[in-house]
Amino acid sequence: MSLEVPRGQSAGFDLSAYATHLTAGDEMWQAGQVRPQWMRLMQGLDQLGPKNLARQRQEARRLLRENGVTYNVYGDPQTPSRPWELDLIPLVFGAAEWARIESGLIQRTMLLDHIFADLYGPRRLIAEGLLPPELVYGSGAFLLPCDQMPERRLLLYAADVARGPDGRMWVLSDRTQSPLGAGYALENRTALRRLLPRLTQDCQIRHLSFFFQALRDQLQNSARGRDQPRIALLTAGPLDEAYFEHAYLASYLGFPLVQGGDLTVRDGCVWLKSIEGLKQVDILLRRVEDRNCDPLELRGDGPGGVAGLLDSVRQGNVVVANPLGSSALENPGLLAFLPRIARHVFGQELELSSAATWWCGHDGERAYVLEHMEDLVIKSTQRSTIHPSVLGANLSHSEKAELRQRIEAAPHLYVAQERVAFSTTPTLVEDHLEPRHAILRTFLVAKEGGYTVMPGGLTRVAPDRDSFVVATQAGGISKDTWVLADEPDHPISLWLRPRDDLQTQADEGVLSSRAGENLFWVGRYAERAEAVARLLRVVLERLHAGGEHGDEAETGCLHQLLRAVTRLTNTLPGFVGRGGKQRLQRPWQELRTVVLTGSDKGTSLLKTLKALQGASYAIRDRWSTDAWRIIDDMQEHWSDIQNKPLLSSVQVQDDLDLLLTDLLALSGLNKESMTREAGWLLLDIGRRIERGLLLIALLRSTLVPRTNQTEEHLLQEAVLFAKQSLITYRRRYRSYLQLASVLELLLIDETNPRSLVYQFGQLQEHIAALPRNYRAARLSEEERLVLAAHTRLRLIDPVALAEGGEDRRDKRRELDNLLADMRQALMATSEALTRTYFSHAQVSSQLVPSHDADAAL
Amino acid sequence: MKYRVCHRTEYDYAGPVDQCHNEARLLLRDAAHQHCTRSLLNIEPRPQVYHERRDFFGNRVAYFAIQERHSRLVVNAVSDVEVTTPTDIAPGASRCWEQARPRATEWGLLEGGSAYLYCLDSPLVPLSAQARQYAEISCPPGRPLLEVAHDLMGRIYHDYAYVPGFTAVTTPLADVMEHRKGVCQDFAHVAIACLRSMGLPARYVSGYLETLPAPGQKKLVGADASHAWFAVFDPDLGWVDYDPTNNRMIGQRHLTAAWGRDFADVSPLKGVLYGSGRHELKVSVDVARLDPASALPDFDDPVRSI
Repeated sequence: MSLEVPRGQSAGFDLSAYATHLTAGDEMWQAGQVRPQWMRLMQGLDQLGPKNLARQRQEARRLLRENGVTYNVYGDPQTPSRPWELDLIPLVFGAAEWARIESGLIQRTMLLDHIFADLYGPRRLIAEGLLPPELVYGSGAFLLPCDQMPERRLLLYAADVARGPDGRMWVLSDRTQSPLGAGYALENRTALRRLLPRLTQDCQIRHLSFFFQALRDQLQNSARGRDQPRIALLTAGPLDEAYFEHAYLASYLGFPLVQGGDLTVRDGCVWLKSIEGLKQVDILLRRVEDRNCDPLELRGDGPGGVAGLLDSVRQGNVVVANPLGSSALENPGLLAFLPRIARHVFGQELELSSAATWWCGHDGERAYVLEHMEDLVIKSTQRSTIHPSVLGANLSHSEKAELRQRIEAAPHLYVAQERVAFSTTPTLVEDHLEPRHAILRTFLVAKEGGYTVMPGGLTRVAPDRDSFVVATQAGGISKDTWVLADEPDHPISLWLRPRDDLQTQADEGVLSSRAGENLFWVGRYAERAEAVARLLRVVLERLHAGGEHGDEAETGCLHQLLRAVTRLTNTLPGFVGRGGKQRLQRPWQELRTVVLTGSDKGTSLLKTLKALQGASYAIRDRWSTDAWRIIDDMQEHWSDIQNKPLLSSVQVQDDLDLLLTDLLALSGLNKESMTREAGWLLLDIGRRIERGLLLIALLRSTLVPRTNQTEEHLLQEAVLFAKQSLITYRRRYRSYLQLASVLELLLIDETNPRSLVYQFGQLQEHIAALPRNYRAARLSEEERLVLAAHTRLRLIDPVALAEGGEDRRDKRRELDNLLADMRQALMATSEALTRTYFSHAQVSSQLVPSHDADAAL
Repeated sequence: MKYRVCHRTEYDYAGPVDQCHNEARLLLRDAAHQHCTRSLLNIEPRPQVYHERRDFFGNRVAYFAIQERHSRLVVNAVSDVEVTTPTDIAPGASRCWEQARPRATEWGLLEGGSAYLYCLDSPLVPLSAQARQYAEISCPPGRPLLEVAHDLMGRIYHDYAYVPGFTAVTTPLADVMEHRKGVCQDFAHVAIACLRSMGLPARYVSGYLETLPAPGQKKLVGADASHAWFAVFDPDLGWVDYDPTNNRMIGQRHLTAAWGRDFADVSPLKGVLYGSGRHELKVSVDVARLDPASALPDFDDPVRSI
């Protein structure tokens, strides 16, 4: 390899300027030249030039945003998830150095594994004086109910490492319960491969896929004695800060994504509530903190866990990765004791040192810490956000006094760490490179007799030049991490290695009841948004046109349509109830409400879209990138609208056009790229039910009332238009507008996909195709409801309906009754489906313990 | 002396419950002066899953799950125990309290260092300056440990009013200490907080106390109640128990059920249920001297019988 240094004179990057910024050791630049492992990358970047790179960075933002890569900082549904920031310049390691890091990480993991097995087992380390008991018991992370569990092996481990002043890698902290970031690392790599295809190919980077293969193998093997173990990924749900990663990993690894409420413990085993009934889960890859996993034995509050899980683990019926209780190893105080334990247990020195750590529980150490607060980072051994780690130098006099008091009151709860000036790495800032302090998160997974290290990891850099704060919450930037291979590395696909002893079986995967219910509601919300948007568009058109003529019939028609808007969206009083007459005179203001805010009972279009996004996000793992992009775009666009102070009706008309295009694209994608399994069936059932309900609502508020003929004709035309049936009608019935023909087309025409009978026909087929626990000759409740309504509909006579019910002059009573019954049938079907397939939403509660009065002598 | 303890818990739910998972710490454990000869747990409806284990503290835990729809849960626990009289202890003979703190002694690391566990704050007993202030009065330098414990017990007995209903399980200890009112659980927690604030290991003991009828009256069945007290660890004697509610050391009429850091560790019956959330609770306890010949009560379908 040529060691020619790219010079500042080229159109590329000015590395001598970069060098002047350096204050600490740098990853790329050493002693006036580029380190060998960075050569090829830097040459490539130089050829690409700053301008191209800046453009690709824009592209990276777009790509990550569209892929929905987010980090939900506050876990608040109201604040948007923060988009993931990726810097295009990776952190690079040569093969030889990485081998040393790997070896050190494996040694450390084996040591922590030993400690874990000991702490929840014989506790020799405490008895032999190698670990102080207050340190272990005081942190609150040592979970008493997890004591003496049969399986005590650390399956996953992650470490945050950084290069210290001595040029070697140091461990800053250990992550042992549900290490976050492997999915983000994978997403970063995927993005970089797409954005810098030449560079990523030329550089002989080791592939990440091996690691995920090893993870899957390990999980599968850990369920001993079960041939095709079912693995599920347990998430706390969409509010979790890293929900994106949970969904991403679940879909990459092919595991169902489940929440505590999707699981139940019966007969000592863990079961997934699927729409096909209960399916046993053998392995849980958990992304939920261990203390939240079982409301019976661990923490009683919060719905995240599964009651009885711990007992199921104890009985050996389910494997949880990482094992429950492993958070005890994240205690930063352990760092102070690891070197001694390593010598004692393995007879070895630690290959990777950690930042010097003082545990305040020892008098001498505490005195040192209190004296040198200025130079230390002080951390609590209790993992809480109330007292995050602080830099002594940043504290005011009184803050220092207060901290000193806290330490003296409970010294065993505090540790101090030296401030490590870790190295910097080049980061693209505008169009030049700047050094930024970097931390690398590395990942390991257990294998027979040892651990496998991910060749790479998630690198994060500080947002500012002098900052050492590298936290995703604080607005840090992430990077890909390249480990160079001596020889070309061939990627493996997760598809390519079925276990030899297993015959691949077609298992379409389980659909949890919750996912099924969300799909059903995605169908309903999408349909509702579409129908409301269409009606609003018709209304706005008439509103803009009607003003000129002021024709009585046209005004009447418009008013009727406005009332239909209120009925359809249930935004009472609107144009119907109290004050409706006044609102009819100046309709835009009320229409604006319908679009934006809605009322107590009724939902605005915006709220419907939000609900659509919420339901979609809850099943993020089931959407293709394309589908998610559409959903995200709609949400983005409509959130903007909300903030416009002066929203004009013309503007809304354009927005509605755009929205309808998006909604159609989504429904087209659903139709063309989802297999016709239970998930799609439920989504389409949701659509059909909602389409039926909204058609009924529209007809009842437009065609049921009797007015004069001109107005009725105008209304019929508007309804046909809103229901996309006007062209068909004209073609079929020429220009004779007759209510009977309109009803025929909209109610009982089996070939019109917008007709009511068509919805019932589809419902009948879909419901029959849904999985059923037992097949009996008897029809299910939902089948019966749909069949009865369908049959009745097919038997009606539109002519009689159009004329009938002469006893009321203002209203077509028979038509109204029919529509009311059909509505009832759809509602009842929806309820029956909920009972059959989604009845998972059982609320759990705690028994109130007895606080007994006691006996006095 | 032989006793039979019958502890009946009944939960009546407002609506149907489809599933519940429970942990009962109702069967009496062995203790220094107590041996449980046989015990039995009867649960209605009959649970589909039932097994027993020992928890971190060695207490007997019965885990059970009911997987069919029910609207009432009844748990009958019966334990027969033999109790011997604790040997008399001369409080003045114990070592001074400063020397009884685990860090000052070599035995602190025994049993996985659990003595330390009893010095740290626990879910219902947080460390507090309030407790330390109260405790310091009982802890002049060099005072023998058991005198400290005895004095603390007496002060709590005199300073605190026994007022049932004033506190609930969720009442913070700070409130109890501010108002100086509560029941046995609260008094035990106060004593524990005080001892721990001085660096001394203290634990919570749940159990029962045999009540005697007023002279000339017959003892009522089911009128007894569960009871709670505290114990302090003496490096030479082991755990020594005190009953601050009655201002006396535990004797033959105190029966130990379980122990832990505080009430949260020994809750007699815990449960998570799916379905109706509201429920009513009835508890009745009966502690009776046992005629050696009497058989265990005859339940239809006991899940456990030894």
